[in-house]
Amino acid sequence: MKYLWRLLPLSFILLMAGCGQQNLSALDPRGPVAEEQFSLIMLSLYIMIFVMVVVFSIYVFVLIRFRERPGDTHIPKQVHGNRTLEIVWTVIPILLLLALAVPNVMTTFTLADVEPTDDSLEVEVTAHQFWWEFEYPEYGIVAGQDMYIPTNTRININLEASDVIHSFWVPALAGKQDNVPGITNYMWFEAPEEGVYIGKCAELCGEAHWLMDFRVIAVDPDTFDTWASNMAAEDAGEMQEDAGEVAVQGREVFEQSCIQCHAVGDEGGNIGPNLTNFSEREVIAGFLEYDEDNENLRAFIRDSQSVKPGNGMDVAFPEDQISDEEMDALIEYLNGLSVLDEE
Amino acid sequence: MSYAEAQKKSVLWDWLTTVDHKKIGIMYLAAGAFFFTIGGIMALLMRAQLMFPNSSLIPAQTFNEILTMHGTIMIFLAAMPLLFGFMNYIVPLQIGARDVAFPFLNSLGFWLFLFGGIFVNLSWFLGGAPDAGWTSYVPLASHYSGIGLDFFVLGLQISGLGTLIGGINFLVTIINMRAPGMSMMRMPLFTWNTFVASILILFAFPALTVGYLLLMMDRIFGSNFFVVEMGGNVVIWQHLFWIFGHPEVYILALPAFGIFSEIIPTFSKKRIFGYTAMVFATMLIGFYGFMVWAHHMFTVGLGPVANSVFAIATMAIAVPTGIKIFNWLLTMWGGRIKMTTAMLCAAMFIPTFVMGGVTGVMLAVSAADYQFHDTYFVVAHFHYVIVGATVLGLFGGAFYWWPRMFGYTLNEKLGKAFIILFLIGFHLTFFVQHFLGLYGMPRRVASYLPGQGWDGMNLVSSSGAIFMAAGFLLFIINIFVSMKNKETTGDPWDGRTLEWTIPSPTPEYNFAQTPLVRDYDAFWYEKYQGDGKIKAAEPLGDIHMPNGSILPIIISFGLFVMAFGLVYHTWIVAGAGLLIVFGAMFVRSVKEDHGYHIPVEEITKDKGGK
Repeated sequence: MKYLWRLLPLSFILLMAGCGQQNLSALDPRGPVAEEQFSLIMLSLYIMIFVMVVVFSIYVFVLIRFRERPGDTHIPKQVHGNRTLEIVWTVIPILLLLALAVPNVMTTFTLADVEPTDDSLEVEVTAHQFWWEFEYPEYGIVAGQDMYIPTNTRININLEASDVIHSFWVPALAGKQDNVPGITNYMWFEAPEEGVYIGKCAELCGEAHWLMDFRVIAVDPDTFDTWASNMAAEDAGEMQEDAGEVAVQGREVFEQSCIQCHAVGDEGGNIGPNLTNFSEREVIAGFLEYDEDNENLRAFIRDSQSVKPGNGMDVAFPEDQISDEEMDALIEYLNGLSVLDEE
Repeated sequence: MSYAEAQKKSVLWDWLTTVDHKKIGIMYLAAGAFFFTIGGIMALLMRAQLMFPNSSLIPAQTFNEILTMHGTIMIFLAAMPLLFGFMNYIVPLQIGARDVAFPFLNSLGFWLFLFGGIFVNLSWFLGGAPDAGWTSYVPLASHYSGIGLDFFVLGLQISGLGTLIGGINFLVTIINMRAPGMSMMRMPLFTWNTFVASILILFAFPALTVGYLLLMMDRIFGSNFFVVEMGGNVVIWQHLFWIFGHPEVYILALPAFGIFSEIIPTFSKKRIFGYTAMVFATMLIGFYGFMVWAHHMFTVGLGPVANSVFAIATMAIAVPTGIKIFNWLLTMWGGRIKMTTAMLCAAMFIPTFVMGGVTGVMLAVSAADYQFHDTYFVVAHFHYVIVGATVLGLFGGAFYWWPRMFGYTLNEKLGKAFIILFLIGFHLTFFVQHFLGLYGMPRRVASYLPGQGWDGMNLVSSSGAIFMAAGFLLFIINIFVSMKNKETTGDPWDGRTLEWTIPSPTPEYNFAQTPLVRDYDAFWYEKYQGDGKIKAAEPLGDIHMPNGSILPIIISFGLFVMAFGLVYHTWIVAGAGLLIVFGAMFVRSVKEDHGYHIPVEEITKDKGGK
């Protein structure tokens, strides 16, 4: 049992090598902010492993050397203390902590510097129970669930909340900041590599807290421009001329049942996520896979409360409201909503 | 009442009306153990749910209720009352007193805690338990949660009142009731730590009470403290909560440190190393405890200046904590370490707590905390701290003081098996959680999707929980099978402090004659410098005892009724409850109550029996 303790720091490092799921791990940073945080984590870890090695060595030595042996009845000397030792183990920890405190203060200020630069992009992130809204004020765009960003660009984030406190966290790109009602918080990050990064809500926000995921999708700046101009275009989300008859019928169903809460283009409510680029979502409602038969999507529209209990879509659409045929049409329409394929 | 009448009470009536610090201590332990078991079952349910991804064993809403109640119960209704149990029983004995300063208030404090605790738990049967986490951040807790939060906010106000009363009582007791010769710097370290923890209670609980009061106003009386649209502010709740919440960590940890500071010297047969440094480290930890609350709020957006200041202040706590660790190590250095179960708890505490401490320093690094905050890394950290210090302290204290409190010694073999099983389970459960957090798993999730790299470690974590539960069962079994190991010497461990100078079982009046303290480690001093017997500071005579009283239960019951009235907006019931409270207080104020005397013949009879 006693020797086990000495192995713990070692296993710590071994496990560290695993690093977890790509694009979701703070130990596998994919941008400058997460990298700075990672290096602070490692610095503090090394200092702490040093401390543990010192303490555990004395500890193991003491327990073995001074254990009671059979027949030993001597009364140890009643030592009162030792001033030199007290000073030593006061001063050395202070020095170790200073070595940690200085880089920390520097990084804390670096991360808090959210002055916009010439080519930085501002994104306003509003958290709702239990989904994410991304507004790009420079482009006049509102997107839901998937946050598109250009690579190698500084992204300045303004965080807000519409109901309770949430927390915006993309482990591979940056540590979290809270979305607090009534307050705007600021942070920034950058993604040098293209990729899809998983984001999480990190503050308990209610029943479906655990399903409140989002994606940060970093694309090259040209693709981002295409995405942004198509999202912002006046005809965004409008029916294409070559759209099939089924999709047109689906649009009718959408206008009848969905548009009060969900917007496509600049038409529709903003109670639920904007659906302009719905078919390009990574997942449905933050967590459901797109399956071939659209069973997940169908189940979610029919009765979202049974799929994601507690979510804000508290209406069900049983067959007497949306028939099977209409549902197929609606799904066809939704699956045609894209902004990147239009080229 | 005469002595004869005082002896005639039935057992039940005696316990319900007792103002004896020893019986109240035992009741705190019993109630705390009950709640600890409930909280533990909740932990098992959560680990069962999280054992596999996408599990549907427990619905998300219920899971949120369980995680809230697990935290609430473990902090307010298990850890604190269990520590209060030891403080109540042991502190008066350690300072050579016959009781605490205010025996009636002591009883009132216990019953308030118990009624408050029961009230919070009734929410399970009356519309759902609170579901916003033990931190209950607003506006989730104020305007987005059900009736459970009403039970939470009222029940915890009642039990918090009890805690505050208890804390004040310990302060007055320790300042005023010490035996002749026991200067502050001769006090045993458990008493010292109780003293500092009581100061923390005195200053921290009012902040919590204010927070709960505002939350209650918003929820029940429709005020707008936390309504942003009406000019309210939701961050103020977090400040109030953590101004209480961080000292609370030390309220839980310091008494445990005190217990280890008794166990380690006793079983190393050596005086504590650096007593003065230990005392000042304790005070420094208590002081810093109030300076660091915003490190729970690094991600709330207080700005880089506040974050840096609180980061550095937090790191500073590591220094006095380190001093304590090294002093414990140096106490054992050169000693003769007898590895009893109590000592095993203390020995296992050091590495476990150090691991929790170093992750604490890591969390203090504000810029890195943006990654750690609200993830399983934090869950791992505070379980290493609280289980490492408080829970091991409680178990260590139980094995150490059991013969004093219950007159029999717990089985050592079973005890060691329990500690080893419990600790293997503990490290299995919580060590991997550090990595889960860094791999992106937020805390307080009702489940998780597969394919995120978390499945294996969650399985390991849940398996560990089974070992912990099995270990705890061994402890419960130990309590019953050991009953025959009667302890009659009164000093089974070759103790150093005053609580081991009295016969076993402990007489009602504690000390037949108030002891005279001639040095730190008073009993040890008399054993090795004197004739082995504590000198008496007074002649043998009749001993004055306070009468028992049923009023504390009636007052607590009145508040309980009032809380029901408030939850259901039935003002007449609330008024009736308040009437009961003030009525009982009135009776207490006007009724003359002089207590009774135990005649000297009874005392000599006890002494002769020894």
